[in-house]
Amino acid sequence: MAVCIAVIAKENYPLYIRSSPTENELKFHYMVHTSLDVVDEKISAMGKALVDQRELYLGLLYPTEDYKVYGYVTNSKVKFVMVVDSSNTALRDNEIRSMFRKLHNSYTDVMCNPFYNPGDRIQSSRAFDNMVTSMMIQVC
Amino acid sequence: MEGLTLSDAEQKYYSDLFSYCDIESTKKVVVNGRVLELFRAAQLPNDVVLQIMELCGATRLGYFGRSQFYIALKLVAVAQSGFPLRVESINTVKDLPLPRFVASKNEQESRHAASYSSDSENQGSYSGVIPPPPGRGQVKKGSVSHDTVQPRTSADAQEPASPVVSPQQSPPTSPHTWRKHSRHPSGGNSERPLAGPGPFWSPFGEAQSGSSAGDAVWSGHSPPPPQENWVSFADTPPTSTLLTMHPASVQDQTTVRTVASATTAIEIRRQSSSYDDPWKITDEQRQYYVNQFKTIQPDLNGFIPGSAAKEFFTKSKLPILELSHIWELSDFDKDGALTLDEFCAAFHLVVARKNGYDLPEKLPESLMPKLIDLEDSADVGDQPGEVGYSGSPAEAPPSKSPSMPSLNQTWPELNQSSEQWETFSERSSSSQTLTQFDSNIAPADPDTAIVHPVPIRMTPSKIHMQEMELKRTGSDHTNPTSPLLVKPSDLSEENKINSSVKFASGNTVADGYSSSDSFTSDPEQIGSNVTRQRSHSGTSPDNTAPPPPPPRPQPSHSRSSSLDMNRTFTVTTGQQQAGVVAHPPAVPPRPQPSQAPGPAVHRPVDADGLITHTSTSPQQIPEQPNFADFSQFEVFAASNVNEEQDDEAEKHPEVLPAEKASDPANSLRVAKADSKTEEKTAASAPTNVSKGTAPLAPPPKPVRRRLKSEDELRPEVDEHTQKTGVLAAVLASQPSIPRSVGKDKKAIQASIRRNKETNTVLARLNSELQQQLKDVLEERISLEVQLEQLRPFSHL
Repeated sequence: MAVCIAVIAKENYPLYIRSSPTENELKFHYMVHTSLDVVDEKISAMGKALVDQRELYLGLLYPTEDYKVYGYVTNSKVKFVMVVDSSNTALRDNEIRSMFRKLHNSYTDVMCNPFYNPGDRIQSSRAFDNMVTSMMIQVC
Repeated sequence: MEGLTLSDAEQKYYSDLFSYCDIESTKKVVVNGRVLELFRAAQLPNDVVLQIMELCGATRLGYFGRSQFYIALKLVAVAQSGFPLRVESINTVKDLPLPRFVASKNEQESRHAASYSSDSENQGSYSGVIPPPPGRGQVKKGSVSHDTVQPRTSADAQEPASPVVSPQQSPPTSPHTWRKHSRHPSGGNSERPLAGPGPFWSPFGEAQSGSSAGDAVWSGHSPPPPQENWVSFADTPPTSTLLTMHPASVQDQTTVRTVASATTAIEIRRQSSSYDDPWKITDEQRQYYVNQFKTIQPDLNGFIPGSAAKEFFTKSKLPILELSHIWELSDFDKDGALTLDEFCAAFHLVVARKNGYDLPEKLPESLMPKLIDLEDSADVGDQPGEVGYSGSPAEAPPSKSPSMPSLNQTWPELNQSSEQWETFSERSSSSQTLTQFDSNIAPADPDTAIVHPVPIRMTPSKIHMQEMELKRTGSDHTNPTSPLLVKPSDLSEENKINSSVKFASGNTVADGYSSSDSFTSDPEQIGSNVTRQRSHSGTSPDNTAPPPPPPRPQPSHSRSSSLDMNRTFTVTTGQQQAGVVAHPPAVPPRPQPSQAPGPAVHRPVDADGLITHTSTSPQQIPEQPNFADFSQFEVFAASNVNEEQDDEAEKHPEVLPAEKASDPANSLRVAKADSKTEEKTAASAPTNVSKGTAPLAPPPKPVRRRLKSEDELRPEVDEHTQKTGVLAAVLASQPSIPRSVGKDKKAIQASIRRNKETNTVLARLNSELQQQLKDVLEERISLEVQLEQLRPFSHL
């Protein structure tokens, strides 16, 4: 039930970003961009020795008036950012976690595809698109 | 049904169509499916078709008889002409053009029409018509068992042959042969149904030649891209045979190949048959795929890594996007490698895509890698090209996508199952696979100090006491016993106490009195220490070790231990011994102050003697002769007895200060004194008898002394009445001793000995007295000087 889902590469450029088209997409792009700072902050706060022990799920990065932004980082520093509508109070933390898990699985499947060059935009994988669509808010 | 009048051309045309539809060669009834397909090819709206059917009476009859068929065709022509459909219009409308049917049918019809218009072109048209099907049939991917002409599939088969060729640099002769091989049967297949129409299909041989030509052309074009190949192939037969074929037909042929499939009888027959999986891999295909797999991975049970597969499929010249999608579909277990089944599925999808089929959204069932090896059923012989066939006639899907909606019905459950699989895999690949480490294992509690339990003696014992004493007495060694380390505080306390006690004891080594005090206090302190230890153990029962056991007696400190052992065992006896040890040397100085000649001097001396009673112990000796003298001089008056008593009393203060309650010690001392006194008495008795004045002289002195000391000693005598009683008893026993001895020799010898001893004692006494005399005289002189100084000059 996310409003926007983005996959950010290690170098902090987007690999995949999709928003629900009802909103101004640029706003979501901006929100994702600003959330990267928070993600970096959370990563660095863990300490250098705790890379393995670091939780992949970062949790709520920051809330805004209308939206809440959640973050997730893989061990290869690929970030998933999800923007969720604040009005959707039914979403619990576990659900967000499961959504990120699905995202991660789909992302690994994309990675496994030998025709995908790491660093490319994820535009070839229909499975990934389908999965993201399933997670996107169904309002539209 | 009114009579249908047909022109000759129409007649011919209709009969052709009828025969075409007459798959079963009944010459009477036309198969409905084919008819429907024909009507659809007429590009008429469905309702019109239905209307036609109704009008012609087929719905009524349920089948298409020849007449119905003819009527229907006429109505089709009417409809295509734009005239309203009416039964009467069949005959009313004149000069109707022949009904036109789209696609190849259209071609056929057009050709037929053309042929009807000009028979001369029939041959060409037929030949033009014919080649494509056989051509397609030639290229058919199907196996030999394929008995249907499938133009599209043949063309499609042709195309996959090209990608088949392209990956391999070495020109595969097998594909060629395969093509040829497949051609013939297809040609044969095509021949069979086409044999029915007879003259129309007569130029089959031409078609064959054309096809062969086309094949030749095609083989020449083997490497080129499929589309081109297709086009070239499509072009060659018409060009070779039919010049009249307008490009539209060609385009139609290329574009509407799905519909073209409807024209062939074989296709219709196929459609009528049960659902066939269009994605099934034929045996031939599979064998080919397996061979390709072996070139990359010899082990059929092994995997092809993703990179090798990527290279392989990149050769097919498909866009990366599509290859990526094919991979997504075919890599079933998402491991980045292809098993044999996955590889075949991927290959098949590539072939299909090459042929222009759209890739399905989900992997078709037939392509799914199965856990058990499924051999493609021989009878099926389906080809991916059939995807279009089975779909199109039934529902005439306008889309070329082979992903037929009809077949999708079989897929939903597959989809669901795949979703289930997906979810299952998702579950399996849940957080467990993602590296998520659990919380840190709780480290061992550092607070739990595993301390070696040290046994600590809680109950005090004699040894404990001894150890306590050891600590006290042992000045150097700080108790190294382990338990004491746990409680250094207690040890320190004890040590302090012990040290203090030691100090006390040290100070009073000579002073038996104080030492006795210290010793007596020690048990109390020991007890306190023990209690203290106990209390400590009570307060901290958990971690701290039990209170340290009392220091064990250390054999190393034999000196002190032995001494202390003796001391502890015989607290009093030890003291007594010590006192005995100590006292005897202290005995001699004692009598000096007490034996001061001057009474005035004596007093202070006595006072001193009182103060320094300990030092006056040696006075026992000089007093002993007094006693002895007194005992000897029992003849004297009772004053002697008193003197004896006084002497005894004098003895007592000397004795008493030495020890508090050491009766045995006193008794010992007394015994010693008694022995001395005995000697003295024994000695004095004979000496007194033998010596006249000598012994008399001393006796008067002691008498005097005694007399003088009586005054001073009486209070002391009162204090020590108990001791006097004992002494008196002892003294009383002394004279009795020599009397009891009746042996003269021994007695004389003993008496001689005694006398000698008394002589020495007396001599000593004399010297001491002389010394005292001198001292006193000096003091007198000093005092007189002081007096004279103090006195006024009176004598002046």
